[in-house]
Amino acid sequence: MTFLTQVLNGLQLGSIYALVALGYTMVYGIILLLNFAHGDIIMVGAYISWIVMAQLGMSPVLAIILSVVGCTVLGVLIDKVAYAPLRNAPRLSVLITAIGVSYFLENGAQLVFGADAKVVPTYFNLPNPQVGGATFNGVAILTVVVTAVSTIILTLLVQKTKFGKAMRAVSEDMGAARLMGINVNNTISFTFAVGSALAGIGAVLYSMAYTQATPTMGIMLGTKAFVAAVLGGIGSIPGAVIGGLLVGFAEVFVSAMGFSVWRDAVVFLLLIIVLIVKPTGILGRTMNEKV
Amino acid sequence: MPNNRHGVVVQMESPNLIPERDLGTIPVLQAEHLGIDFGGLTAVDDFNIAMGRSEISGIIGPNGAGKTTIFNLLTNVYKPTRGTILLDGIDTAGKSMVQVNKMGIARTFQNIRLFSQMTVEQNVLVGLGNSMSTRLVDDIFRTPKHWKQEREFHDQAMELLSFFGMERFANTKAGNLPYGEQRRLEILRALGTHPKVLLLDEPAAGMNPNETEDLMENILRIRDEFHLAVLLIEHDMKLVMGVCEVVAVLDYGKIIAKGTPEEIQNDPRVIEAYLGKQEVK
Amino acid sequence: MDQELNGGQERPYVTAKASKHGGGRKTLSTKKRYIINALLFVAMLAIGQGLIDGDFISRYQTTVIEQIGIYIIMAVSLNVATGYLGQLPLGHAGFMSVGGYSCAIFIIRMMPVFDLNMRSFVTGEPMAVVLFVVGVLFGGLMAGLSGLIIGIPALRLKGDYLAIITLGFAEIIRVVMLNIDGVVGFELTGGAKGLTGIPSYTNFLNTFIVVGIVLFLIHTMMKSRHGRAILAIRDNEIAAEATGVNTTYYKTLAFVVSAFFAGVGGALYAGCIGVMAPAKFGFMKSIEILVMVVLGGMGSMLGSVLSATVLTILPEALRAFADYRMVVYAVVLILVMIFRPQGLLGTYDFSMGDFLEKLINGELFRGKSKQKSEEVEANA
Repeated sequence: MTFLTQVLNGLQLGSIYALVALGYTMVYGIILLLNFAHGDIIMVGAYISWIVMAQLGMSPVLAIILSVVGCTVLGVLIDKVAYAPLRNAPRLSVLITAIGVSYFLENGAQLVFGADAKVVPTYFNLPNPQVGGATFNGVAILTVVVTAVSTIILTLLVQKTKFGKAMRAVSEDMGAARLMGINVNNTISFTFAVGSALAGIGAVLYSMAYTQATPTMGIMLGTKAFVAAVLGGIGSIPGAVIGGLLVGFAEVFVSAMGFSVWRDAVVFLLLIIVLIVKPTGILGRTMNEKV
Repeated sequence: MPNNRHGVVVQMESPNLIPERDLGTIPVLQAEHLGIDFGGLTAVDDFNIAMGRSEISGIIGPNGAGKTTIFNLLTNVYKPTRGTILLDGIDTAGKSMVQVNKMGIARTFQNIRLFSQMTVEQNVLVGLGNSMSTRLVDDIFRTPKHWKQEREFHDQAMELLSFFGMERFANTKAGNLPYGEQRRLEILRALGTHPKVLLLDEPAAGMNPNETEDLMENILRIRDEFHLAVLLIEHDMKLVMGVCEVVAVLDYGKIIAKGTPEEIQNDPRVIEAYLGKQEVK
Repeated sequence: MDQELNGGQERPYVTAKASKHGGGRKTLSTKKRYIINALLFVAMLAIGQGLIDGDFISRYQTTVIEQIGIYIIMAVSLNVATGYLGQLPLGHAGFMSVGGYSCAIFIIRMMPVFDLNMRSFVTGEPMAVVLFVVGVLFGGLMAGLSGLIIGIPALRLKGDYLAIITLGFAEIIRVVMLNIDGVVGFELTGGAKGLTGIPSYTNFLNTFIVVGIVLFLIHTMMKSRHGRAILAIRDNEIAAEATGVNTTYYKTLAFVVSAFFAGVGGALYAGCIGVMAPAKFGFMKSIEILVMVVLGGMGSMLGSVLSATVLTILPEALRAFADYRMVVYAVVLILVMIFRPQGLLGTYDFSMGDFLEKLINGELFRGKSKQKSEEVEANA
């Protein structure tokens, strides 16, 4: 494996983390909730692909569409059912609810699909282009491109559209936004929808790369993406991308050096070091409590 | 009553408004050229104060003038961008909130900050805790030292509560107290730390005229019985004019006037800050 | 009628001394309260041991009861950091595993030194008992030490960040336990296949003696100036600092105490289960313990004890429905948070002494109305 292939691997893994991290960051930015269930939404997305292609024998395009739509709907539903009733509750209660939802999805999937891994069929046979002597994985290139495009669209959405403006207003001050006539509930739902759609895209890209769906796949993926979001500075879109890539590269290079068993420990250590040096993450804003 | 052990007269550049009885001692609280910027915004600038040991002073000013910020600077919640704070002649720069409290400043908060899930007595005991000395082993193994201390401080807490006649609430959750009592409890908790200076942030906010009347009396009682200086922020002019010996008026982070209540009431700059510029006839 | 009887409300606070002279309400001295509690505790141990010796409780049931004790320790210790300090550490299982591995490895390595075998712990040889005590303390100390190492950086952060950093540390601990053998060059933890050959040094009696000690120590800590400082931080950190509470010290203290007792719980767990494997101490285990604390009511020791008991028995009792068990868990957790965010018992705590006092004064069924009249008065 050449260095360039490793870089591409790092980019690929980092891109998936970044997509998932964007979901964490957006939800945190708007309702200050670490949505523990976000990783599990990806798991559901992977299972949807598996059902559509392996069980129903339908087309991969439909699988992709249904995965993304399914994740989006699920994300909004989770917010409406579990988080919305707790809008004014202590943050700790909402966080624990999020853990409960995560727990529910994992165990629900285990109940329905069983604990063993399901093989997600290949979506498309992508060519693996050769540049010079090195072969580059087509899926990896697709992953990086899709992530880059998604991030650009998301940035435009947040910066340029009316919905984006509403999102930023609600995240600044929910009460004031409501007084200004912004429909806060719709804005929050929209945020969940966008974040979960990104998770759906992440689910498809992840299944393309690792071709497996298990009930617990969301835990580590989610936790690491979450680490990426915190690392980059939660609430920041570029921060999530930087964090995701950092985590991806750290993992790939630690493995390449032959320490793959320490991979997870290195990622968490990286997080701890960053948080000690800069408690709000790389691009995070400092928020002081008003005295 | 005033502590004369220092016996030095300090020269101050601001007009000396320290009450006669405190002359000849070093000011208990002195701030010079105090200022803080948030980002590019100057919240407080060139704030000077010198307080005698038994002085009651007030800071008034429109909302957003930087009054609470001054309290936050004096208690080291914020680090000043400029200037120094001397507490009993000792510079408090670089000290933590806890250390500053131990050096002798205690405060209340504009939006009441009680330990709301704890009982009234426990709230006071946290304040008194500064003077407790049991080690963790004494407490967890319930040594005689623990019991002795708990008894002593229970009595102290009750005595402190009796200052405002609040003994009957001893076992009530602080969060369940009526509003006025919550404000009082906050003052008692602060007094429990044995401060030399007590900072009261809008103590009369939300009180009716009768309660404010009581509060005025109580502020004087606190000064006399606890032998300390009181600096307060207040919007209620009756209270400020009734108890304060010196009043400083703050606008846009700067002192625009300083003097006795009478001087302040007639100062055109103050009237302007509160009511806007009057047209010249 | 109630109004009349509660006329006493008008009186200022009745101190213990005053109530002895007048007032008419009988009180129990602290000493008597302690003696009553100790006697009840010993009686409970004796009954339990009697039932086991008399074969009324099977070997399997005994193991479940031991696990109840262990999870009581885990929940009550997590409650120190969650309910009392108001933080949300998500790595309690990490401390549990440090305690478990430390104690188990210590005992396994010390057995040949003191010429003990697996049976020595079952028959209760004096040296085995000493080794048990030292081993459990060692497990607690190692966990406490890791709590200190984790706490110092973690406690600089707030809320969610603290949650995620403790989660990260627990994962690091798990990875270390999994791979440490390769680093040290000899078999220490047994890696993924686990640590075996742990003598069953845990039994009903020593588990519940430890439970009793842990409950006592946490209770006494919380009912002292140290405990009040911790609660003050939970209720309002800025006010606590302004009142002279050294928040850094007390946060670290609560965190280390929480980790220490988690280590003690882990030490007992190793002896109870007999095999230690890193996979048992993942994120999910931390969550399981958290659920116990949250369901019981954050800040309520009785709540932690009860929910640890129920949530340990339930899965065993529902073995037939093992598949649904976790889903139900999750749903219950969400429902409790939505409808009763403060947990089933809130911060209510039971005091045997107060209970008996009410009993001898015939007030047992007037508790509610009394409280109400107090509130009315407070709102007046």
